[in-house]
Amino acid sequence: MADEPHSQLLPAQAPIVGGRHDFATVTDKISSVVLTQKTPRGWFVAVAFSASLMLMLFFSLAVLVTKGVGIWGINIPVAWGFDIINFVWWIGIGHAGTLISAILLLLRQEWRTSINRFAEAMTLFAVSCAAIYPLFHTGRPWLAAYWLMPYPNTMGIWPQFRSPLIWDVFAVSTYATVSALFWFVGLIPDLATLRDRARNPLLARAYGILAMGWRGSARHWHNYETAYLLLAGLATPLVISVHTVVSWDFAVALLPGWHATIFPPYFVAGAIYAGFAMVLTLAIPLRKAYGLEDFITLRHLENMAKVMLATGLIVAYGYTMEAFMAWYSANPLETFMIWNRMTGPYASMYWALIFCNVVAPNTLWVKNLRTNVPYLFFISLVVSVGMWLERYVIIVTSLHRDFLPSSWGMFQGTVWDWSTYIGTIGLFLTLLFLFLRFLPAISIFEMRTLLPGAEMKEPGQ
Amino acid sequence: MKAPVRPPIHGLMAEFSTPQDVVAAAHKVHEAGYRKVDAYSPYPMEALSEALDFHHSPLPKLVLAGGILGGLGGYALQYYTSVIAYPLNIGGRPLHSWVSFIPPTFETTILGAALAAVFGMLALNGLPEPYHPVFNVPSFALASRDRFFICIEATDPKYDHDETWRFLVGLGARAVSEVEH
Repeated sequence: MADEPHSQLLPAQAPIVGGRHDFATVTDKISSVVLTQKTPRGWFVAVAFSASLMLMLFFSLAVLVTKGVGIWGINIPVAWGFDIINFVWWIGIGHAGTLISAILLLLRQEWRTSINRFAEAMTLFAVSCAAIYPLFHTGRPWLAAYWLMPYPNTMGIWPQFRSPLIWDVFAVSTYATVSALFWFVGLIPDLATLRDRARNPLLARAYGILAMGWRGSARHWHNYETAYLLLAGLATPLVISVHTVVSWDFAVALLPGWHATIFPPYFVAGAIYAGFAMVLTLAIPLRKAYGLEDFITLRHLENMAKVMLATGLIVAYGYTMEAFMAWYSANPLETFMIWNRMTGPYASMYWALIFCNVVAPNTLWVKNLRTNVPYLFFISLVVSVGMWLERYVIIVTSLHRDFLPSSWGMFQGTVWDWSTYIGTIGLFLTLLFLFLRFLPAISIFEMRTLLPGAEMKEPGQ
Repeated sequence: MKAPVRPPIHGLMAEFSTPQDVVAAAHKVHEAGYRKVDAYSPYPMEALSEALDFHHSPLPKLVLAGGILGGLGGYALQYYTSVIAYPLNIGGRPLHSWVSFIPPTFETTILGAALAAVFGMLALNGLPEPYHPVFNVPSFALASRDRFFICIEATDPKYDHDETWRFLVGLGARAVSEVEH
């Protein structure tokens, strides 16, 4: 592609925007997915499938509130089962969206532009799925209002702020709010584009209401850019704090396998790792189905693979340190915990996790594999499974054999555990497909800034 | 409120097809002394804001205030909850155990600052704004696609319909049109 003018932007590297595009074609191409292209039949099939899974989630939750949490596999000693595994899994997936939209913005990684919008949407939907679990784990989610939120109620009961669980409520609800705001602020100029281009007057009006009268004024852009940059600066420490607080849910407890200072950094790295895997899982079929290969190029996929490799290595370091500290601390309970993980009844899950999260991603050192799209798709699924197994191993193997052998037990997910888990995947996909159909999946105005035509000489010349 | 006598039109709008043209024109408009001016572009252009001398945004101060309020509010909430409203003695630990109040305080700081950033930006921009005269120019719909505009408002003291019109045409605009109210 060296003969194309766009490669001037970044010599010796594949361009961020492939093909020959200008302001008009970028606008038309991305907005056409929403406005003019005929909705592909595959979209209906996909929505029908994922919405069925979503209905299964609603049904499972209905059964849960009717019968109680006893329909899940949780009991003493394993009182945290799929609910917390899946909560951590979903929250972690969400983190890549914020990383892409905020941290990579601050680091001036321009390639992030074409993936940030749908990665942020992914964050929102993943956080929605995550929030279901702790809420329904209470068994009586309608009472959770006064368990979780500090407000003056008639019983005079208030939450306990010395517990990481209430920190988690604040972290996750702030994260959900800020992610939603960040996403919506990013959408405003594109909603204005859709308003101006929609032919259906009803649709134009709907986008018009959402765009709130945005007209691209230079004064407005000035404040807008300031707000966007500040939000990125705020979201960056926020995203790190969220998974840190999630890891404190474990690390503050005195349980071997949880009580470790490595947890916060290793959880944050694991979250980014899982999140990038999910972005790849979504981006690869998306660019194919909607013909967006010019905007989500091989360079994007390769960069994401590199982030996955780097964070995967941090995660591997975390696993190593857990085992090392168990030996080095000479604490018999810690030693037993890691030995039980590696050789006990859940050993197969532990070794599967090591394979998925430590062995498999190391193949990404090879450039040919890193740029092989089907292989990347495959490895991203492997990582998603691996990260789920990681949380399973951390939660279940630490709980099931604690200090007293007389209180040991086993945990197994029931049908309802699985139907709720698969149901949230359905909810996630349904929201995602609706998003793809009604909102621009790629930030149009930010793509315009990347085009060679947008390059400015020094002002005044 | 009775509207003051207002000019018959909102202003004059010049249309440009490239970012370079509009920035060059914006410099000339500013040099010519016009101040009630706005420019419209399909993406944020720092050069354009600079050309029209839009330098100062009070937003960062608002965000700082939002963050401080959020942090103080969050801490005060925890103090009130743990010390006044629901004191629980757990192993003789102090009721005002400030260390464990830090994580939620951090979160509410971020929350306050983020809310200030978003709603402050909207308020400073006067959004939502259901009606604005610039949308009366038919080609203005392209301001969100690939066209650039400069509008000199009729309330500008230097504004003179014919002279400003000629001035805008002289800037190499691809079209100049009247913006009705």
